[in-house]
Amino acid sequence: MSAMLEIAGLTKLFPVRNGFGRKTGDVRAVDDVSFSIPRGKVYGLAGESGSGKSTIARMIMGLAKPSSGDIRLDGHSIIGETGTRAYGRKVQMVFQNPGSSLNPRRTVGQSIAVPLAAHGTPVGEHKRRIAELLEMVQLPADFALRYPHELSGGQKQRVAIARALAVAPQLLILDEPTSALDVSVQARVMDLLVDLGRQLGLTYLFISHDLSLMRNFADTVGVLYLGKIVETGPTASVFEAPQHDYTRLLLASVPVISAEEEAMRPKIPLIDGEIPTAEQLIALRAAVSQRTEK
Amino acid sequence: MADALLSVRNLSVQFTTYGQTNSVLKGVSLDVPARSQIALVGESGSGKTVTMRAIMGLLRTPPAKVTGGEIFYDGRDLLTMPDRERLKLRGTAMSMVFQDPMSSLNPVFTIADQMGTILKYADRRLGRSRDRKARMARVYEVLGQVRMRDPERVASSYPIMLSGGMRQRVLIAMALLSEPRLLIADEPGTALDVTTQAQILKLLKDLVEERGLALLMITHNLGVVRETSNYVYVMNKGVVVEHRPTAELFEAPRDDYTKALIAAVPRLTGGSGFGKAGAAA
Repeated sequence: MSAMLEIAGLTKLFPVRNGFGRKTGDVRAVDDVSFSIPRGKVYGLAGESGSGKSTIARMIMGLAKPSSGDIRLDGHSIIGETGTRAYGRKVQMVFQNPGSSLNPRRTVGQSIAVPLAAHGTPVGEHKRRIAELLEMVQLPADFALRYPHELSGGQKQRVAIARALAVAPQLLILDEPTSALDVSVQARVMDLLVDLGRQLGLTYLFISHDLSLMRNFADTVGVLYLGKIVETGPTASVFEAPQHDYTRLLLASVPVISAEEEAMRPKIPLIDGEIPTAEQLIALRAAVSQRTEK
Repeated sequence: MADALLSVRNLSVQFTTYGQTNSVLKGVSLDVPARSQIALVGESGSGKTVTMRAIMGLLRTPPAKVTGGEIFYDGRDLLTMPDRERLKLRGTAMSMVFQDPMSSLNPVFTIADQMGTILKYADRRLGRSRDRKARMARVYEVLGQVRMRDPERVASSYPIMLSGGMRQRVLIAMALLSEPRLLIADEPGTALDVTTQAQILKLLKDLVEERGLALLMITHNLGVVRETSNYVYVMNKGVVVEHRPTAELFEAPRDDYTKALIAAVPRLTGGSGFGKAGAAA
Protein backbone atom coordinates (compact mmCIF):
# COMPACT_ATOMS: atom_id res chain seq x y z
CA MET A 1 0.00 0.00 0.00
CA SER A 2 2.86 2.34 0.73
CA ALA A 3 4.18 1.91 -2.80
CA MET A 4 4.02 5.09 -4.85
CA LEU A 5 4.36 3.24 -8.11
CA GLU A 6 3.67 -0.42 -8.72
CA ILE A 7 4.29 -2.09 -12.01
CA ALA A 8 3.13 -5.64 -12.61
CA GLY A 9 3.72 -7.82 -15.63
CA LEU A 10 4.17 -4.83 -17.89
CA THR A 11 4.65 -5.84 -21.51
CA LYS A 12 4.91 -3.86 -24.71
CA LEU A 13 4.86 -5.56 -28.09
CA PHE A 14 5.77 -3.72 -31.26
CA PRO A 15 4.61 -5.35 -34.48
CA VAL A 16 7.23 -6.43 -36.99
CA ARG A 17 6.06 -5.99 -40.56
CA ASN A 18 7.47 -7.31 -43.78
CA GLY A 19 7.99 -5.24 -46.92
CA PHE A 20 4.30 -5.48 -47.80
CA GLY A 21 3.13 -4.14 -44.46
CA ARG A 22 1.94 -7.55 -43.32
CA LYS A 23 2.55 -8.35 -39.68
CA THR A 24 5.08 -11.13 -39.31
CA GLY A 25 5.61 -11.15 -35.56
CA ASP A 26 6.20 -9.04 -32.50
CA VAL A 27 9.20 -7.57 -30.78
CA ARG A 28 8.92 -7.73 -27.04
CA ALA A 29 10.34 -4.30 -26.24
CA VAL A 30 9.28 -4.66 -22.63
CA ASP A 31 8.78 -8.18 -21.41
CA ASP A 32 6.86 -8.92 -18.22
CA VAL A 33 8.46 -6.21 -16.12
CA SER A 34 7.44 -5.83 -12.49
CA PHE A 35 8.78 -3.52 -9.81
CA SER A 36 7.53 -1.10 -7.21
CA ILE A 37 8.84 2.11 -5.75
CA PRO A 38 8.05 2.97 -2.12
CA ARG A 39 7.05 6.56 -1.48
CA GLY A 40 10.03 8.89 -1.26
CA LYS A 41 12.51 6.38 -2.65
CA VAL A 42 14.63 6.26 -5.77
CA TYR A 43 14.34 3.32 -8.15
CA GLY A 44 17.02 3.08 -10.79
CA LEU A 45 16.46 1.40 -14.12
CA ALA A 46 19.82 0.58 -15.65
CA GLY A 47 20.12 -0.55 -19.21
CA GLU A 48 21.75 0.06 -22.55
CA SER A 49 20.12 1.17 -25.78
CA GLY A 50 17.35 -1.16 -26.81
CA SER A 51 16.81 -2.47 -23.29
CA GLY A 52 13.32 -0.97 -23.12
CA LYS A 53 13.98 1.55 -20.36
CA SER A 54 12.58 4.48 -22.29
CA THR A 55 9.54 2.48 -23.40
CA ILE A 56 8.76 1.80 -19.74
CA ALA A 57 9.00 5.50 -18.98
CA ARG A 58 6.76 6.31 -21.93
CA MET A 59 4.15 3.84 -20.74
CA ILE A 60 4.15 5.28 -17.24
CA MET A 61 3.78 8.75 -18.71
CA GLY A 62 0.95 7.56 -20.94
CA LEU A 63 2.87 8.26 -24.13
CA ALA A 64 2.65 4.59 -25.13
CA LYS A 65 -0.04 2.00 -24.38
CA PRO A 66 1.00 -1.19 -22.61
CA SER A 67 0.16 -4.41 -24.45
CA SER A 68 -0.54 -6.04 -21.13
CA GLY A 69 0.19 -5.63 -17.45
CA ASP A 70 -0.75 -3.05 -14.90
CA ILE A 71 0.66 0.24 -13.69
CA ARG A 72 -0.62 1.36 -10.30
CA LEU A 73 0.02 4.79 -8.94
CA ASP A 74 -0.67 5.29 -5.27
CA GLY A 75 -2.74 2.10 -5.26
CA HIS A 76 -4.91 2.96 -8.28
CA SER A 77 -4.53 1.45 -11.70
CA ILE A 78 -3.74 4.18 -14.16
CA ILE A 79 -4.38 2.26 -17.36
CA GLY A 80 -6.70 4.47 -19.38
CA GLU A 81 -6.23 7.34 -16.97
CA THR A 82 -2.92 8.61 -18.24
CA GLY A 83 -3.05 11.82 -20.18
CA THR A 84 -5.67 13.34 -17.91
CA ARG A 85 -4.95 16.51 -15.98
CA ALA A 86 -5.34 14.72 -12.68
CA TYR A 87 -2.70 12.23 -13.71
CA GLY A 88 -0.34 14.92 -14.96
CA ARG A 89 -0.49 16.53 -11.53
CA LYS A 90 0.95 13.39 -9.97
CA VAL A 91 3.57 12.29 -12.49
CA GLN A 92 6.03 14.46 -14.35
CA MET A 93 9.13 13.78 -16.37
CA VAL A 94 12.53 15.39 -16.88
CA PHE A 95 14.02 14.60 -20.26
CA GLN A 96 17.54 13.87 -21.30
CA ASN A 97 18.35 16.84 -23.45
CA PRO A 98 17.22 20.17 -22.01
CA GLY A 99 18.31 21.84 -25.25
CA SER A 100 15.49 20.19 -27.14
CA SER A 101 12.90 19.81 -24.39
CA LEU A 102 12.62 23.56 -23.80
CA ASN A 103 10.88 25.70 -26.39
CA PRO A 104 13.51 28.10 -27.76
CA ARG A 105 10.88 30.80 -28.45
CA ARG A 106 9.60 30.91 -24.89
CA THR A 107 11.33 32.59 -21.99
CA VAL A 108 12.04 30.45 -18.96
CA GLY A 109 9.07 32.07 -17.21
CA GLN A 110 6.74 31.33 -20.11
CA SER A 111 7.90 27.71 -20.22
CA ILE A 112 7.18 27.23 -16.54
CA ALA A 113 3.84 29.04 -16.90
CA VAL A 114 2.54 26.43 -19.37
CA PRO A 115 1.98 23.69 -16.78
CA LEU A 116 0.79 26.29 -14.25
CA ALA A 117 -1.90 27.52 -16.63
CA ALA A 118 -2.84 24.01 -17.73
CA HIS A 119 -3.42 23.00 -14.15
CA GLY A 120 -5.45 26.01 -13.19
CA THR A 121 -3.10 28.26 -11.27
CA PRO A 122 -4.67 31.76 -11.50
CA VAL A 123 -2.66 34.01 -13.83
CA GLY A 124 -2.16 36.52 -11.04
CA GLU A 125 -0.17 33.98 -9.09
CA HIS A 126 2.08 32.87 -11.92
CA LYS A 127 4.82 35.39 -11.28
CA ARG A 128 5.16 34.52 -7.62
CA ARG A 129 5.01 30.80 -8.30
CA ILE A 130 7.64 31.00 -11.07
CA ALA A 131 10.01 32.87 -8.74
CA GLU A 132 9.36 30.23 -6.09
CA LEU A 133 10.11 27.37 -8.49
CA LEU A 134 13.28 29.03 -9.76
CA GLU A 135 14.43 29.45 -6.19
CA MET A 136 13.77 25.76 -5.58
CA VAL A 137 16.19 24.86 -8.37
CA GLN A 138 18.63 27.50 -7.15
CA LEU A 139 18.31 29.94 -10.02
CA PRO A 140 17.88 33.71 -9.60
CA ALA A 141 14.33 34.99 -10.15
CA ASP A 142 15.38 37.19 -13.08
CA PHE A 143 16.09 34.04 -15.10
CA ALA A 144 12.34 34.02 -15.82
CA LEU A 145 12.97 36.61 -18.51
CA ARG A 146 15.76 34.75 -20.26
CA TYR A 147 15.56 32.49 -23.29
CA PRO A 148 16.99 28.96 -23.28
CA HIS A 149 19.89 29.91 -25.59
CA GLU A 150 21.14 32.31 -22.94
CA LEU A 151 21.52 29.49 -20.43
CA SER A 152 24.18 26.84 -19.92
CA GLY A 153 23.30 23.16 -20.12
CA GLY A 154 23.09 22.80 -16.35
CA GLN A 155 20.89 25.89 -16.03
CA LYS A 156 18.57 24.58 -18.76
CA GLN A 157 18.21 21.28 -16.95
CA ARG A 158 17.38 23.17 -13.74
CA VAL A 159 14.65 25.00 -15.64
CA ALA A 160 13.33 21.67 -16.94
CA ILE A 161 13.23 20.41 -13.36
CA ALA A 162 11.43 23.57 -12.21
CA ARG A 163 8.88 23.11 -14.97
CA ALA A 164 8.30 19.49 -13.96
CA LEU A 165 7.82 20.58 -10.34
CA ALA A 166 5.36 23.33 -11.26
CA VAL A 167 2.34 21.10 -10.63
CA ALA A 168 3.80 19.66 -7.41
CA PRO A 169 3.98 16.06 -8.67
CA GLN A 170 4.59 13.08 -6.41
CA LEU A 171 6.50 10.95 -8.88
CA LEU A 172 9.24 12.33 -11.09
CA ILE A 173 10.61 10.27 -13.97
CA LEU A 174 14.20 11.21 -14.73
CA ASP A 175 15.30 9.97 -18.14
CA GLU A 176 19.11 10.28 -18.23
CA PRO A 177 18.80 13.80 -16.78
CA THR A 178 22.52 14.52 -16.74
CA SER A 179 23.91 12.58 -19.69
CA ALA A 180 24.31 15.76 -21.76
CA LEU A 181 26.15 17.60 -18.98
CA ASP A 182 29.77 17.94 -17.91
CA VAL A 183 30.71 15.90 -14.88
CA SER A 184 31.06 18.86 -12.50
CA VAL A 185 27.70 20.23 -13.63
CA GLN A 186 26.22 16.77 -13.33
CA ALA A 187 27.31 16.57 -9.69
CA ARG A 188 25.51 19.82 -8.89
CA VAL A 189 22.32 18.81 -10.67
CA MET A 190 22.35 15.48 -8.83
CA ASP A 191 22.86 17.33 -5.53
CA LEU A 192 19.83 19.41 -6.37
CA LEU A 193 17.72 16.35 -7.19
CA VAL A 194 18.64 14.71 -3.90
CA ASP A 195 17.84 17.87 -1.94
CA LEU A 196 14.52 18.34 -3.71
CA GLY A 197 13.64 14.71 -3.13
CA ARG A 198 14.17 15.17 0.60
CA GLN A 199 12.41 18.53 0.85
CA LEU A 200 9.37 17.62 -1.20
CA GLY A 201 9.19 13.92 -0.42
CA LEU A 202 9.45 13.09 -4.12
CA THR A 203 9.58 9.58 -5.49
CA TYR A 204 11.99 9.13 -8.37
CA LEU A 205 12.19 6.70 -11.23
CA PHE A 206 15.74 7.21 -12.44
CA ILE A 207 16.64 5.90 -15.86
CA SER A 208 20.31 5.76 -16.79
CA HIS A 209 23.05 3.76 -18.42
CA ASP A 210 25.64 5.32 -16.11
CA LEU A 211 26.21 2.74 -13.40
CA SER A 212 28.51 4.89 -11.28
CA LEU A 213 25.81 7.52 -11.12
CA MET A 214 23.18 4.91 -10.37
CA ARG A 215 25.25 3.55 -7.50
CA ASN A 216 25.22 6.91 -5.79
CA PHE A 217 21.61 7.91 -6.38
CA ALA A 218 19.27 4.93 -6.45
CA ASP A 219 18.06 3.04 -3.39
CA THR A 220 17.01 0.05 -5.45
CA VAL A 221 18.19 -0.85 -8.90
CA GLY A 222 16.76 -2.98 -11.69
CA VAL A 223 19.03 -4.08 -14.51
CA LEU A 224 17.13 -4.16 -17.75
CA TYR A 225 18.30 -6.28 -20.65
CA LEU A 226 16.34 -6.87 -23.84
CA GLY A 227 13.10 -5.86 -22.19
CA LYS A 228 13.48 -7.98 -19.06
CA ILE A 229 14.65 -7.10 -15.60
CA VAL A 230 17.46 -9.61 -15.20
CA GLU A 231 18.50 -8.55 -11.74
CA THR A 232 17.06 -6.33 -9.05
CA GLY A 233 17.80 -5.50 -5.46
CA PRO A 234 19.21 -2.86 -3.12
CA THR A 235 21.77 -0.90 -5.13
CA ALA A 236 24.71 -1.69 -2.89
CA SER A 237 24.17 -5.44 -2.95
CA VAL A 238 23.59 -5.61 -6.72
CA PHE A 239 26.82 -3.72 -7.27
CA GLU A 240 28.86 -5.62 -4.73
CA ALA A 241 27.63 -9.08 -5.62
CA PRO A 242 26.09 -9.11 -9.09
CA GLN A 243 24.30 -12.38 -9.82
CA HIS A 244 23.53 -12.11 -13.50
CA ASP A 245 26.11 -12.34 -16.28
CA TYR A 246 24.80 -9.23 -17.94
CA THR A 247 25.09 -7.19 -14.74
CA ARG A 248 28.68 -8.42 -14.44
CA LEU A 249 29.37 -7.44 -18.04
CA LEU A 250 27.96 -3.97 -17.46
CA LEU A 251 29.97 -3.48 -14.30
CA ALA A 252 33.13 -4.80 -15.93
CA SER A 253 32.72 -2.24 -18.74
CA VAL A 254 32.54 0.89 -16.61
CA PRO A 255 35.68 3.04 -16.90
CA VAL A 256 36.70 3.84 -13.32
CA ILE A 257 39.16 6.18 -11.64
CA SER A 258 40.42 4.34 -8.58
CA ALA A 259 41.96 1.04 -7.58
CA GLU A 260 39.11 0.36 -5.15
CA GLU A 261 36.57 0.60 -7.93
CA GLU A 262 38.72 -1.53 -10.17
CA ALA A 263 38.84 -4.17 -7.47
CA MET A 264 35.06 -4.41 -7.33
CA ARG A 265 34.63 -4.73 -11.08
CA PRO A 266 33.98 -8.33 -12.02
CA LYS A 267 36.93 -9.86 -13.82
CA ILE A 268 35.42 -11.39 -16.89
CA PRO A 269 37.45 -12.07 -19.99
CA LEU A 270 34.80 -10.50 -22.13
CA ILE A 271 36.78 -7.72 -23.63
CA ASP A 272 39.86 -9.53 -24.79
CA GLY A 273 40.05 -7.86 -28.13
CA GLU A 274 41.69 -10.85 -29.84
CA ILE A 275 38.42 -12.24 -31.08
CA PRO A 276 35.34 -10.16 -31.80
CA THR A 277 33.57 -10.07 -28.51
CA ALA A 278 30.25 -9.82 -30.32
CA GLU A 279 30.21 -13.61 -30.30
CA GLN A 280 30.24 -13.73 -26.55
CA LEU A 281 27.56 -11.09 -26.46
CA ILE A 282 25.37 -13.05 -28.82
CA ALA A 283 25.75 -16.16 -26.69
CA LEU A 284 24.86 -14.13 -23.64
CA ARG A 285 21.87 -12.66 -25.39
CA ALA A 286 20.59 -16.07 -26.39
CA ALA A 287 20.88 -17.18 -22.81
CA VAL A 288 18.86 -14.27 -21.52
CA SER A 289 15.83 -14.29 -23.65
CA GLN A 290 14.11 -15.10 -26.87
CA ARG A 291 13.54 -11.66 -28.19
CA THR A 292 11.00 -12.33 -30.89
CA GLU A 293 7.91 -14.43 -30.79
CA LYS A 294 6.23 -16.27 -33.57
CA MET B 1 60.73 17.20 -25.15
CA ALA B 2 63.19 17.40 -27.99
CA ASP B 3 62.65 13.77 -28.85
CA ALA B 4 58.85 13.88 -28.64
CA LEU B 5 57.02 12.78 -31.75
CA LEU B 6 54.53 15.58 -31.32
CA SER B 7 55.34 18.65 -29.32
CA VAL B 8 52.99 21.58 -28.88
CA ARG B 9 54.77 24.66 -27.56
CA ASN B 10 52.96 27.64 -26.11
CA LEU B 11 50.09 27.43 -28.53
CA SER B 12 47.65 30.33 -28.48
CA VAL B 13 44.49 30.51 -30.52
CA GLN B 14 41.92 33.27 -30.75
CA PHE B 15 38.44 33.18 -32.20
CA THR B 16 36.84 36.29 -33.62
CA THR B 17 33.10 36.24 -33.99
CA TYR B 18 30.93 39.28 -34.64
CA GLY B 19 33.93 41.52 -34.04
CA GLN B 20 34.55 40.02 -30.62
CA THR B 21 37.87 38.33 -30.00
CA ASN B 22 38.21 35.52 -27.48
CA SER B 23 41.38 33.79 -26.44
CA VAL B 24 40.51 30.13 -26.54
CA LEU B 25 43.97 28.67 -26.05
CA LYS B 26 46.40 30.56 -23.86
CA GLY B 27 49.85 29.09 -24.26
CA VAL B 28 49.17 25.37 -24.32
CA SER B 29 52.17 23.05 -24.28
CA LEU B 30 52.10 19.28 -24.45
CA ASP B 31 54.36 16.46 -25.59
CA VAL B 32 53.50 13.14 -27.12
CA PRO B 33 56.63 10.95 -27.21
CA ALA B 34 56.73 8.10 -29.72
CA ARG B 35 54.93 4.97 -28.52
CA SER B 36 53.35 6.80 -25.60
CA GLN B 37 49.73 6.95 -24.54
CA ILE B 38 48.78 10.46 -23.63
CA ALA B 39 45.39 11.79 -22.58
CA LEU B 40 44.10 15.33 -22.86
CA VAL B 41 41.13 15.76 -20.57
CA GLY B 42 38.80 18.67 -20.02
CA GLU B 43 35.16 19.64 -19.85
CA SER B 44 33.28 21.40 -22.61
CA GLY B 45 34.84 24.75 -23.44
CA SER B 46 38.23 23.78 -22.02
CA GLY B 47 39.93 23.99 -25.41
CA LYS B 48 40.79 20.32 -25.86
CA THR B 49 39.03 20.05 -29.20
CA VAL B 50 40.56 23.31 -30.46
CA THR B 51 44.00 21.97 -29.50
CA MET B 52 43.30 18.79 -31.45
CA ARG B 53 42.04 20.74 -34.46
CA ALA B 54 45.07 23.01 -34.40
CA ILE B 55 47.36 19.98 -34.39
CA MET B 56 45.53 18.40 -37.30
CA GLY B 57 45.27 21.69 -39.17
CA LEU B 58 41.50 21.57 -39.14
CA LEU B 59 40.85 24.98 -37.60
CA ARG B 60 38.72 27.16 -39.81
CA THR B 61 40.55 30.47 -40.24
CA PRO B 62 38.78 32.83 -39.80
CA PRO B 63 37.14 32.76 -37.22
CA ALA B 64 40.10 31.01 -35.60
CA LYS B 65 43.61 32.40 -35.65
CA VAL B 66 46.79 30.90 -34.24
CA THR B 67 48.39 33.85 -32.50
CA GLY B 68 51.47 32.17 -31.15
CA GLY B 69 53.38 29.01 -30.50
CA GLU B 70 54.68 26.07 -32.46
CA ILE B 71 53.54 22.54 -33.16
CA PHE B 72 56.44 20.20 -33.88
CA TYR B 73 55.90 16.86 -35.50
CA ASP B 74 59.06 14.82 -35.72
CA GLY B 75 61.09 17.98 -35.20
CA ARG B 76 59.41 20.06 -37.92
CA ASP B 77 57.07 22.95 -37.17
CA LEU B 78 53.69 22.24 -38.69
CA LEU B 79 52.62 25.86 -38.49
CA THR B 80 55.44 27.24 -40.62
CA MET B 81 55.83 24.46 -43.17
CA PRO B 82 54.23 24.90 -46.60
CA ASP B 83 50.64 23.68 -46.90
CA ARG B 84 51.69 20.99 -49.37
CA GLU B 85 54.11 19.52 -46.87
CA ARG B 86 51.56 19.62 -44.09
CA LEU B 87 48.95 17.95 -46.24
CA LYS B 88 51.35 15.07 -46.74
CA LEU B 89 51.42 14.40 -43.02
CA ARG B 90 47.70 14.62 -42.38
CA GLY B 91 45.97 11.27 -42.46
CA THR B 92 49.28 9.55 -43.16
CA ALA B 93 51.83 10.31 -40.46
CA MET B 94 49.14 11.43 -38.04
CA SER B 95 45.54 10.22 -38.19
CA MET B 96 42.33 10.97 -36.39
CA VAL B 97 39.70 8.68 -34.97
CA PHE B 98 36.50 10.66 -34.81
CA GLN B 99 33.80 10.55 -32.21
CA ASP B 100 30.57 10.03 -34.05
CA PRO B 101 30.64 7.07 -36.42
CA MET B 102 27.35 7.96 -38.03
CA SER B 103 28.25 11.47 -39.11
CA SER B 104 31.84 10.63 -40.07
CA LEU B 105 30.78 8.04 -42.62
CA ASN B 106 29.04 8.81 -45.88
CA PRO B 107 25.75 6.91 -45.92
CA VAL B 108 25.60 6.46 -49.70
CA PHE B 109 28.97 4.80 -50.27
CA THR B 110 30.14 1.38 -49.14
CA ILE B 111 32.91 1.07 -46.58
CA ALA B 112 35.21 -0.25 -49.33
CA ASP B 113 34.52 2.82 -51.52
CA GLN B 114 35.19 5.23 -48.69
CA MET B 115 38.30 3.52 -47.43
CA GLY B 116 39.60 3.03 -50.96
CA THR B 117 39.19 6.72 -51.69
CA ILE B 118 40.98 7.74 -48.52
CA LEU B 119 43.84 5.42 -49.38
CA LYS B 120 44.01 6.62 -52.97
CA TYR B 121 44.40 10.25 -51.96
CA ALA B 122 46.76 9.44 -49.11
CA ASP B 123 48.93 7.59 -51.64
CA ARG B 124 48.74 10.48 -54.06
CA ARG B 125 49.84 12.94 -51.38
CA LEU B 126 52.79 10.74 -50.61
CA GLY B 127 53.63 10.50 -54.31
CA ARG B 128 53.01 6.78 -54.64
CA SER B 129 50.25 4.78 -56.22
CA ARG B 130 48.75 1.33 -56.24
CA ASP B 131 46.00 -0.21 -58.30
CA ARG B 132 42.50 -0.87 -57.10
CA LYS B 133 43.24 -4.47 -56.29
CA ALA B 134 46.18 -3.56 -54.08
CA ARG B 135 44.11 -0.90 -52.40
CA MET B 136 41.34 -3.36 -51.60
CA ALA B 137 43.87 -5.81 -50.23
CA ARG B 138 45.09 -3.10 -47.88
CA VAL B 139 41.50 -2.22 -46.89
CA TYR B 140 40.78 -5.85 -46.00
CA GLU B 141 44.04 -6.02 -44.10
CA VAL B 142 43.26 -3.07 -41.81
CA LEU B 143 39.67 -4.21 -41.30
CA GLY B 144 41.17 -7.47 -40.09
CA GLN B 145 43.47 -5.53 -37.79
CA VAL B 146 40.46 -3.97 -36.04
CA ARG B 147 39.17 -7.54 -35.43
CA MET B 148 36.51 -7.70 -38.08
CA ARG B 149 35.82 -11.35 -38.61
CA ASP B 150 34.73 -10.97 -42.20
CA PRO B 151 36.54 -7.94 -43.69
CA GLU B 152 35.18 -8.50 -47.20
CA ARG B 153 31.59 -8.49 -46.07
CA VAL B 154 32.12 -5.40 -43.91
CA ALA B 155 33.87 -3.65 -46.80
CA SER B 156 30.94 -4.23 -49.12
CA SER B 157 28.45 -2.91 -46.52
CA TYR B 158 26.90 0.51 -46.30
CA PRO B 159 27.30 2.24 -42.91
CA ILE B 160 23.67 1.69 -42.01
CA MET B 161 24.18 -2.08 -42.21
CA LEU B 162 26.72 -1.98 -39.39
CA SER B 163 26.23 -1.65 -35.65
CA GLY B 164 27.57 1.38 -33.78
CA GLY B 165 30.53 -0.56 -32.45
CA MET B 166 31.41 -1.86 -35.92
CA ARG B 167 31.17 1.63 -37.39
CA GLN B 168 33.53 2.90 -34.73
CA ARG B 169 35.94 0.09 -35.61
CA VAL B 170 35.69 1.08 -39.29
CA LEU B 171 36.73 4.60 -38.29
CA ILE B 172 39.73 3.20 -36.45
CA ALA B 173 40.58 1.11 -39.52
CA MET B 174 40.39 4.24 -41.68
CA ALA B 175 42.85 6.00 -39.40
CA LEU B 176 45.25 3.06 -39.71
CA LEU B 177 45.16 2.87 -43.53
CA SER B 178 48.38 4.76 -44.15
CA GLU B 179 50.31 3.39 -41.21
CA PRO B 180 50.46 6.56 -39.11
CA ARG B 181 52.82 6.89 -36.17
CA LEU B 182 50.45 9.09 -34.21
CA LEU B 183 46.78 8.44 -33.60
CA ILE B 184 44.61 11.22 -32.25
CA ALA B 185 41.33 9.92 -30.86
CA ASP B 186 38.51 12.34 -30.13
CA GLU B 187 36.19 10.79 -27.54
CA PRO B 188 35.90 7.45 -29.31
CA GLY B 189 33.00 5.38 -28.09
CA THR B 190 31.18 8.25 -26.39
CA ALA B 191 28.19 7.70 -28.64
CA LEU B 192 28.14 3.99 -27.82
CA ASP B 193 26.77 1.80 -25.06
CA VAL B 194 29.10 1.23 -22.14
CA THR B 195 29.82 -2.40 -23.02
CA THR B 196 30.66 -1.49 -26.61
CA GLN B 197 32.73 1.47 -25.48
CA ALA B 198 34.80 -0.82 -23.28
CA GLN B 199 35.51 -3.04 -26.29
CA ILE B 200 36.52 -0.08 -28.46
CA LEU B 201 38.87 1.32 -25.83
CA LYS B 202 40.45 -2.08 -25.35
CA LEU B 203 40.88 -2.48 -29.10
CA LEU B 204 42.45 0.95 -29.43
CA LYS B 205 44.85 0.28 -26.61
CA ASP B 206 45.82 -3.13 -28.01
CA LEU B 207 46.37 -1.72 -31.50
CA VAL B 208 48.51 1.12 -30.22
CA GLU B 209 50.66 -1.27 -28.24
CA GLU B 210 50.93 -3.90 -30.98
CA ARG B 211 51.79 -1.46 -33.70
CA GLY B 212 54.00 0.83 -31.63
CA LEU B 213 51.86 3.91 -32.24
CA ALA B 214 51.63 7.03 -30.16
CA LEU B 215 48.13 7.81 -28.93
CA LEU B 216 46.70 11.18 -28.00
CA MET B 217 43.33 10.52 -26.40
CA ILE B 218 41.04 13.51 -26.15
CA THR B 219 38.21 12.99 -23.70
CA HIS B 220 36.04 14.46 -20.99
CA ASN B 221 35.80 11.14 -19.15
CA LEU B 222 38.32 10.62 -16.36
CA GLY B 223 37.60 6.90 -16.36
CA VAL B 224 38.66 6.73 -20.01
CA VAL B 225 41.83 8.66 -19.11
CA ARG B 226 42.74 6.12 -16.48
CA GLU B 227 42.02 3.15 -18.75
CA THR B 228 43.87 4.34 -21.83
CA SER B 229 46.78 6.58 -20.89
CA ASN B 230 49.91 6.68 -18.81
CA TYR B 231 50.40 10.44 -18.90
CA VAL B 232 47.68 13.05 -18.72
CA TYR B 233 47.19 16.74 -19.41
CA VAL B 234 44.25 18.43 -17.70
CA MET B 235 42.84 21.49 -19.46
CA ASN B 236 40.54 24.19 -18.16
CA LYS B 237 39.59 27.42 -19.89
CA GLY B 238 42.31 27.24 -22.50
CA VAL B 239 45.15 26.44 -20.11
CA VAL B 240 46.85 23.19 -19.15
CA VAL B 241 46.37 23.28 -15.38
CA GLU B 242 48.19 20.08 -14.51
CA HIS B 243 50.12 17.32 -16.26
CA ARG B 244 51.45 14.18 -14.61
CA PRO B 245 51.70 10.44 -14.99
CA THR B 246 48.10 9.22 -14.97
CA ALA B 247 48.40 7.07 -11.85
CA GLU B 248 49.85 9.98 -9.87
CA LEU B 249 47.13 12.34 -10.97
CA PHE B 250 44.42 10.14 -9.55
CA GLU B 251 46.33 9.42 -6.38
CA ALA B 252 47.27 12.96 -5.50
CA PRO B 253 45.89 15.69 -7.75
CA ARG B 254 47.61 19.02 -7.12
CA ASP B 255 45.57 21.59 -8.95
CA ASP B 256 42.29 22.76 -7.42
CA TYR B 257 40.41 22.32 -10.67
CA THR B 258 41.69 18.77 -11.08
CA LYS B 259 40.73 18.00 -7.50
CA ALA B 260 37.21 19.31 -8.05
CA LEU B 261 36.92 17.39 -11.29
CA ILE B 262 37.96 14.12 -9.70
CA ALA B 263 35.69 14.73 -6.73
CA ALA B 264 32.73 15.24 -9.06
CA VAL B 265 33.03 11.80 -10.62
CA PRO B 266 30.52 9.38 -9.08
CA ARG B 267 32.24 6.24 -7.79
CA LEU B 268 31.23 2.72 -8.56
CA THR B 269 31.98 1.89 -4.93
CA GLY B 270 29.37 4.40 -3.79
CA GLY B 271 30.08 6.79 -0.97
CA SER B 272 30.22 9.83 -3.24
CA GLY B 273 26.57 10.32 -2.37
CA PHE B 274 24.85 13.41 -3.69
CA GLY B 275 22.94 16.00 -1.76
CA LYS B 276 24.35 18.55 0.66
CA ALA B 277 24.63 16.12 3.53
CA GLY B 278 26.36 13.52 1.41
CA ALA B 279 28.57 15.93 -0.53
CA ALA B 280 31.05 16.22 2.30
CA ALA B 281 31.57 12.48 2.48
